[in-house]
Amino acid sequence: MTATPHRHPDGMPTPTARAGDAVVHAVSPVVESTAVGEYHRLTLAVPGVAALATPGQFTALAVGGATSGLLLRRAFSIHRTRAGATPAADLMEIVVADAGPGTRWLTERRAGDVVDVVAPLGKGFPMPARPGGAAILVGGGYGSAPLFWMAQTLRSAGVAAHLVLGAATRNRLYGTEFGDSADSLQVTTDDGSAGVAGQVTLVLPALLADTNATTVYACGPMGMLRAVTDLARGRGITAYVAVEEAMACGVGVCMTCVLPVVGDDGATSMRRACVDGPVLDGARLRWSSIADGRVSVPDDAVGAPRPAGGAR
Amino acid sequence: MTDLRVDLGGMRLANPLMTASGCAANGRELHRFFDIASLGAFVTKSVKAAPASGRGTPRMAETAGGMLNSIGLQGPGIDAFTAVDLPWLAGVGARVLVSIAGGDSVEFAQVAATLAAAPDWGCVAGIEVNISCPNVANRGLVFACDAGSSAEVLAAVRAVVPAGTPLFAKLSPDVTDLVPIAGAALAAGADGLTMINTVLGMAIDTDRMRPHLFGVTGGLSGPAIRPVAVRAIWQVHAAMRAGAIPMAPIIGVGGVRTGRDALELVAAGAGGIQVGTATFNDPRAPRRVLDELTDLLDARGVDRFADLVGAAHP
Ligand SMILES: Cc1cc2nc3c(=O)[nH]c(=O)nc-3n(C[C@H](O)[C@H](O)[C@H](O)COP(=O)(O)OP(=O)(O)OC[C@H]3O[C@@H](n4cnc5c(N)ncnc54)[C@H](O)[C@@H]3O)c2cc1C
Ligand SMILES: Cc1cc2nc3c(=O)[nH]c(=O)nc-3n(C[C@H](O)[C@H](O)[C@H](O)COP(=O)(O)O)c2cc1C
Ligand code: FES
Repeated sequence: MTATPHRHPDGMPTPTARAGDAVVHAVSPVVESTAVGEYHRLTLAVPGVAALATPGQFTALAVGGATSGLLLRRAFSIHRTRAGATPAADLMEIVVADAGPGTRWLTERRAGDVVDVVAPLGKGFPMPARPGGAAILVGGGYGSAPLFWMAQTLRSAGVAAHLVLGAATRNRLYGTEFGDSADSLQVTTDDGSAGVAGQVTLVLPALLADTNATTVYACGPMGMLRAVTDLARGRGITAYVAVEEAMACGVGVCMTCVLPVVGDDGATSMRRACVDGPVLDGARLRWSSIADGRVSVPDDAVGAPRPAGGAR
Repeated sequence: MTDLRVDLGGMRLANPLMTASGCAANGRELHRFFDIASLGAFVTKSVKAAPASGRGTPRMAETAGGMLNSIGLQGPGIDAFTAVDLPWLAGVGARVLVSIAGGDSVEFAQVAATLAAAPDWGCVAGIEVNISCPNVANRGLVFACDAGSSAEVLAAVRAVVPAGTPLFAKLSPDVTDLVPIAGAALAAGADGLTMINTVLGMAIDTDRMRPHLFGVTGGLSGPAIRPVAVRAIWQVHAAMRAGAIPMAPIIGVGGVRTGRDALELVAAGAGGIQVGTATFNDPRAPRRVLDELTDLLDARGVDRFADLVGAAHP
């Protein structure tokens, strides 16, 4: 897919991906930046993205401009895409939380500024194994960003979609106004400033039972993804979780973003979240190796280091 | 039009630009962004004898103008590499500089021998012997910190590859004096040197008051280390000019982000250029740097790229 080239502000042609490859690399003008609670929703012009992206995929943005000392790309869930009259007019939206210098730079972009964008990347949410039935979508904080689009996709396929949005506090909820995209919406906050006081796991068991959902989709902090996976497993259903591992490149070349994943052959290997994820089958993740911002290599993983002293 | 062809110790390439090992995986991912066969050579991720999981995460930390990494040579092992990756690279027409690694000289030799026996050996332009990976459990295992260990590995690899195979020793800047190590690698059978691997560094998470990287220390790369690369290339090339060690090609790597950065390494003595960390910022970086360097040389009316190598030396 080659996007229609437009001009880079310094006169260089906009970089585009090569013909036949499902990724766009573009210098994208910001069309709109809107503050939403503690977040900013950025609308970017990304030629050709609408035909390529599916819910759950992400984008990797360069931050700070061409000479910035912040070299690494920042990853964001694609909130949604909007097809233009022609592919050249396609738009892509993301939701940005100010978490440090790179995200702050992004929240400071205004209409007409440009951002170097690579999208779409990684694997998105799979559709449920069987048509019909119901699915539950769980978002923590800005993790809700890709879920409204997924809810609509499910409903167009005849699957009922039930949303649960949770956050520490009211200002960190995103998308409570998009309840229309789903069949139902429930909200939880840790401090009770909106919806039910507590975490998403408080309302999930009843919702799972009432809706008889066959699939759960979740995006948010690792602790939440693990808890959601456990609840789904308890009912024998699938949880697809969108993970957030620190990424340096986003495109699969640096090997920084790995997680221990059980493969079809039952063997655990360290897989790249940016290529094999960010959406993974929660039951395939080795959760016991993931804690407190660190991931260790399980001893039985393919190619795991032998303990010192040659005990094995 | 400047003649960009280079002959690096028998490794003849259409132009001097390459990816850097570990910064481009094994080709497929970047080929979505540009034709990797348009580079002088594609440099693969260092491959060991057996599959390796690498280390836990965090494996990276961003730093001012660069990053720390502690990957730990994750890879599929040489058998899967020759069965899957090399045929793909050959299929797209890439010239490949294969980076190899090992825990001892026996493993290096085993990897090199398996590679040389591969059906797609024809696309291999040369072998880069990574004796300088900082992400190993025991600092004493960084061969490139010691002239004797460096020579042992190079000799072991030389003994098992077909005569005339271009061999490059990849060196670490983290040594007191690079020149004797460069000299020992060349004497033991290297045709050239790749400089530099990452610089050992560390970051601390001051919220949690613990090392940021799972592997505690990591390799520093990116524009922040370019002056270290320029210095290392300069010192070794100067020693060659002075006759202290044999004259041999140097492939320059470290912090190159633009065509002008590449030219700086060339002026210090590099006859080939690799682009690593800049690729994480711009997946087209190796190709873009080639285009920028070409424009720069054309604008100056340079006839032959090779004439500029070491041009800043008196
Ligand atoms: C697949 C994926 C989807 C994401 N979706 C969103 C989203 O929709 N909205 C949103 O606001 N944020 C999202 N994030 C997190 C976002 O990428 C980080 O908040 C951002 O990279 C922090 O950059 P910084 O310069 O502001 O912070 P710093 O902490 O200064 O970043 C320093 C370095 O660490 C990396 N880093 C730091 N925190 C994270 C993190 N949580 N995840 C990945 N890398 C990190 C950065 O890329 C950078 O290289 C997502 C991350 C991933 C991996
Ligand atoms: C994430 C990462 C992984 C790397 N892996 C390897 C490797 O497997 N083998 C190797 O010889 N060098 C490896 N390097 C070092 C680079 O090839 C290069 O020597 C170094 O990063 C300096 O160049 P740069 O500043 O352009 O990145 C790695 C560097 C990075 C950043
Ligand atoms: S972020 Fe670089 S490989 Fe995944």
